[in-house]
Amino acid sequence: MSGAQLARSQPRISVGRVSPVDIVLWSLRILVLFVVFAGTIGAIVKDRYTAAQWFDFVMFGLTIGAIYAQIALGYTMVYGVLRLINFAHGDIVMCGAFAGYFVASPLDRSGFLTDHPVIGMAAILAVAVATSTGIALLTERIAYRPFRRVAGSGPLIAAIGVSFFLEQTFRGMFGSSVKSYPAPAWQRSTFEVWGFNVPRIDVLVIGLAIVFMAGLYLIVQRTKMGTAMRAVAEDAEAAALMGIDVNKVVVFTFVLGGAMAGIAGVFYAFVYKQVYFFMGFTPGIKAFGAAVLGGIGSIPGAMIGGVFLGLVESVGPSLFLDGLGIPAPYQLRDLIAFTLLIMVLIFRPNGIFGERMAKQRA
Amino acid sequence: MAKTLLSVCNVGMRFGGLVALSDVSFDVQEGSIHSVIGPNGAGKTTVFNCITQNLRPSSGEVWFGDERIDGLKPDRVAALGISRTYQNIRLFRNISAIENLLVGMHLHLRSSWWGAVLNTPFTRADERAAHEQALELLQFVGLRGRGDMLARNLAYGEQRRLEIGRALATRPRLLLLDEPTAGMNPRETSEMMAFVERVRARYAITLLLIEHQMRVVMSMSDRVTVLDHGTKIAEGKPAEVQRDPAVIAAYLGTAAAAHAVPA
Amino acid sequence: MTAVEHGRAGAALAWRRAALVGLGFGAGALHLAAVGVLLMLHQRWIVIDTLSLGQATVLLLAGGAGAMAARDADARLARGALAGLCATLPLALLSLAMDAVTLQPIFIVLTPDLQAMLTLGMPPLLAAPALLLVGVAAGLLGAALRAIPALSRALLPGAIAVLIAGVFQELIQLMLQQYEGPVGEARDFVYTWEGLTQQGAVTVFVVVTLIAQLAGRAARGRVAAMEPARRRQIWAGIALAAIVILPAAAGSYIGQVLMLVGLYILMGIGLNLEVGLAGLLDLGFVAFFAVGAYSTALLTADAPNALMHLSYWAAMPISVLLAVCVGVLFGLPVLGVRGDYLAVATMGLGEIVRVIVLSDFGAPLLGGAQGVLHIPKPQIGSYTLSSPVALFYLTLVAAAIAAFIAWRLENSRLGRAWMALRDDEDVAQALGINLVRSKLLAYGLGAAFAGLAGSIFATMLSSVYPSSFQLLISINVLALIIVGGMGSLPGVVLGSVVLIGLPELLREFGEYRYLFYGAVLVVMMRLRPEGLWPSDVRQRELHAGDETAALDAGADLLPARE
Repeated sequence: MSGAQLARSQPRISVGRVSPVDIVLWSLRILVLFVVFAGTIGAIVKDRYTAAQWFDFVMFGLTIGAIYAQIALGYTMVYGVLRLINFAHGDIVMCGAFAGYFVASPLDRSGFLTDHPVIGMAAILAVAVATSTGIALLTERIAYRPFRRVAGSGPLIAAIGVSFFLEQTFRGMFGSSVKSYPAPAWQRSTFEVWGFNVPRIDVLVIGLAIVFMAGLYLIVQRTKMGTAMRAVAEDAEAAALMGIDVNKVVVFTFVLGGAMAGIAGVFYAFVYKQVYFFMGFTPGIKAFGAAVLGGIGSIPGAMIGGVFLGLVESVGPSLFLDGLGIPAPYQLRDLIAFTLLIMVLIFRPNGIFGERMAKQRA
Repeated sequence: MAKTLLSVCNVGMRFGGLVALSDVSFDVQEGSIHSVIGPNGAGKTTVFNCITQNLRPSSGEVWFGDERIDGLKPDRVAALGISRTYQNIRLFRNISAIENLLVGMHLHLRSSWWGAVLNTPFTRADERAAHEQALELLQFVGLRGRGDMLARNLAYGEQRRLEIGRALATRPRLLLLDEPTAGMNPRETSEMMAFVERVRARYAITLLLIEHQMRVVMSMSDRVTVLDHGTKIAEGKPAEVQRDPAVIAAYLGTAAAAHAVPA
Repeated sequence: MTAVEHGRAGAALAWRRAALVGLGFGAGALHLAAVGVLLMLHQRWIVIDTLSLGQATVLLLAGGAGAMAARDADARLARGALAGLCATLPLALLSLAMDAVTLQPIFIVLTPDLQAMLTLGMPPLLAAPALLLVGVAAGLLGAALRAIPALSRALLPGAIAVLIAGVFQELIQLMLQQYEGPVGEARDFVYTWEGLTQQGAVTVFVVVTLIAQLAGRAARGRVAAMEPARRRQIWAGIALAAIVILPAAAGSYIGQVLMLVGLYILMGIGLNLEVGLAGLLDLGFVAFFAVGAYSTALLTADAPNALMHLSYWAAMPISVLLAVCVGVLFGLPVLGVRGDYLAVATMGLGEIVRVIVLSDFGAPLLGGAQGVLHIPKPQIGSYTLSSPVALFYLTLVAAAIAAFIAWRLENSRLGRAWMALRDDEDVAQALGINLVRSKLLAYGLGAAFAGLAGSIFATMLSSVYPSSFQLLISINVLALIIVGGMGSLPGVVLGSVVLIGLPELLREFGEYRYLFYGAVLVVMMRLRPEGLWPSDVRQRELHAGDETAALDAGADLLPARE
């Protein structure tokens, strides 16, 4: 009798197939699911919020989600091309917000922003984009380029260094105080759709974000540079052999990411009505989570991941936590975002849409 | 008849839509040298990964002695007595050669971390014995006096032998060698083959070998399994396999065909 | 092209390089000016009414540019001068720009004070060329020091001594304060309370130069003959002696600074187990520190939200144990997360801890933003360890124990398993290493040291607030082990002294600390990724690299980075 037959005739034994770690991970899943479901049921039963309030939550979630999506694009493109978590990307956002502030605030004081909102906004965004792009390019040239082809944690540590350097530079130059962003009357106003009050700024942010992201998608899909970028993301060495100038592609990637970050910075500042040197950190980390959520390296994934994160973060406290009777749930908004980030990194590091590729390097 | 040590039963492996292995079965007899050959991309290394559980097979079973090992963690598989080397050498590059061997002995050292902190007599004896064994092994793999070198600074052939030494340090019953002669010239290849024979003679272990160069396999194997496109196309004694038309067809047009026919 | 043309092209390239080096240093100087560091340094005299630290910084930058530009054999001095000129050019332009427009509404530090510093009160059209001239002179000097070794041997020791005596004048004076008689008179001759006097600077320079000339010649031969390992041991011995004796001799201020250094050494040893040995990049490390501090607070404090009123000595081991538990809990979910993702995941975990501590949800237990107050000091018998110096010795003992444990672990079965894990997780597992156990031990033991540090921190401050436990702490610790050398115990000590101790001694520097940490992380990763004091393994690696080079010339000569 051959061994193979022998094996088949034996009873199946399972030794150590369920490890304690699996149990912990499963209980983590169950805990999160419990919070989500029990919280939702609790919220429905309690019925504490009106439809208008829920509408506000969703609207805010979409707005902030559109901003996260734009930031996430920067992470996902750079990761695709360089396999680097650009830890300083959130701070590039901050740089854009600051640059926009120094245009917006005199324009607002002189009344120009109220009289000519379109030109005013265009000027603010242009300066923000120019600043963010410039700084993104500088960091690439000075801090990241020497680390091409260096594996291990070195590049990430350098990126963390860049992040701190940028934050502290802005703090030194412009002070550590929180500056309030100008908010002209038209921005604060709302209009009515089916009985719901829709803030104009939200519509503006969502609309422009869609336009810019569609533009970016077209650039990446249709232009020669975009094609080169996708080729490098696929296989940098092969692309280089085919005559693609990888340096150029990297610069192009940082330009696109920096531009998106600049726009996102201005929007973020308009929504929260303030700028300060540390403001880029939290949205940066969250947007990175969004990029992983959508499958890092994927451009549509980053957009969807960003919007999803924004919605969960905005609706979550009232829906999940308030339903469980947790006091002051809005304070725990970041908790929801970070939990989502960690859950994604633990359970779906290839993203929720990403195909489950096994680690087949061995 | 010799006892079956390892048996791979109907193992399949899929990555997404890609089928890397389908329905592969073979048995390895205790004390034999068994080879898995096949053209590039035939799924040879995937078979190894499915045996050591670096990959969990999508279907089928793997038995080692009386234990079913598919689904176990790789460290459990190692503890049962399977050890391996890699096609592209995977030493711990940033520690010394002797430390590489000591890591291999991890399973057989009994000292605990707090024992190490307190430097108990037990730990000291344990460590001393381990170092002695490591030195002995170092000599066996021909690296005497090179123990303090970082693994990455060793020459290519030395790295290959050190990797085999590290696998031996786990005291396996079954040793899997993934293309031990890859990237070697004919002289180095025959030296390596002689070395593999010495390993078997000294440690009396079973060997499962992946090879690309047919010549290597034919002269030393007791039994050969041939894979192509993730399926088994032939199995038997080297001489039988060589005459198998399916094998010749699979190898035709590849460089290996030249070796396959005349040998 | 002919050889002459080649030579000309090469020379043109060298000139361009000199100019670029100079402009690079100049950009650095401009950055320092724009963020306010230069002005801050200008507030501190090195030599009263003669040279401020800010001015010295500009001179050093220009001189450094000159020295760097003077690397080829020909035209060294001229290239140095060009680099010096370029290094001061941005500042000169800045002073002109500040004269033309008021930039202060946007750039808050571009104040008249800075303008005064850059122009020395001269009219701007005169001051800018003057600044450039100073740059040229400094660049020339820098190039000359590099070109002529005898000159640098003659000048540098004295100049460095004056710089140190000036920069650390507060510290030195604090130490000399207690003495009367001849020491006191010498002190008053050399120092005022603001810096070195002019005659003091000259005296220090002359004395040190003389000593260096006389003693230096004899000692240099002996030091050079010593083995590097032996030299290291001697340095370590001196440093250790200084750390042990200094606080007792120098009083509570130094005690406090060194105590902080000690706490960071403790944390550094812990994080080093995780990052340096096991290769687990953990940015949520501050959570363990926080657990140690809050546990001690809640177990001992005389506050309404305290759980118990234990003595410090009973609370400390419990705190450490709790930190270990949190470390394991923390490590469990992220066991399968690899590489850079692990850094982000652990940071997220750390942030979650912080958000919970700050929220109303955690407030009933943890006190919210108000924290926990009235934590008692430890007592031995009837003696209370209340002074910073006493607490420093407590920290020192703790750090010594931690270092001992880490040292033993490094060379044990577990330590080797960690290093294997760091190099190749899959292979380590295939050799029978239990990843779960090894990783959780790394998190747990790392957390133990951080928890111990947190516990001492709580009793040192007598109170804990959430604001003390920000991500910045994790970054501090990470920075110090990177500067010291990953996986290296002496490196942790060195890193703590350099990154924690020095900024603490230059008190006004504190505000800009993180700016320099950021720069240090990038620069270290780029220029010296193995750290200032690499571990033995890294050491051996470099050494072994030489050996291989000798053995077979075909092999990879440079120890390539992983």
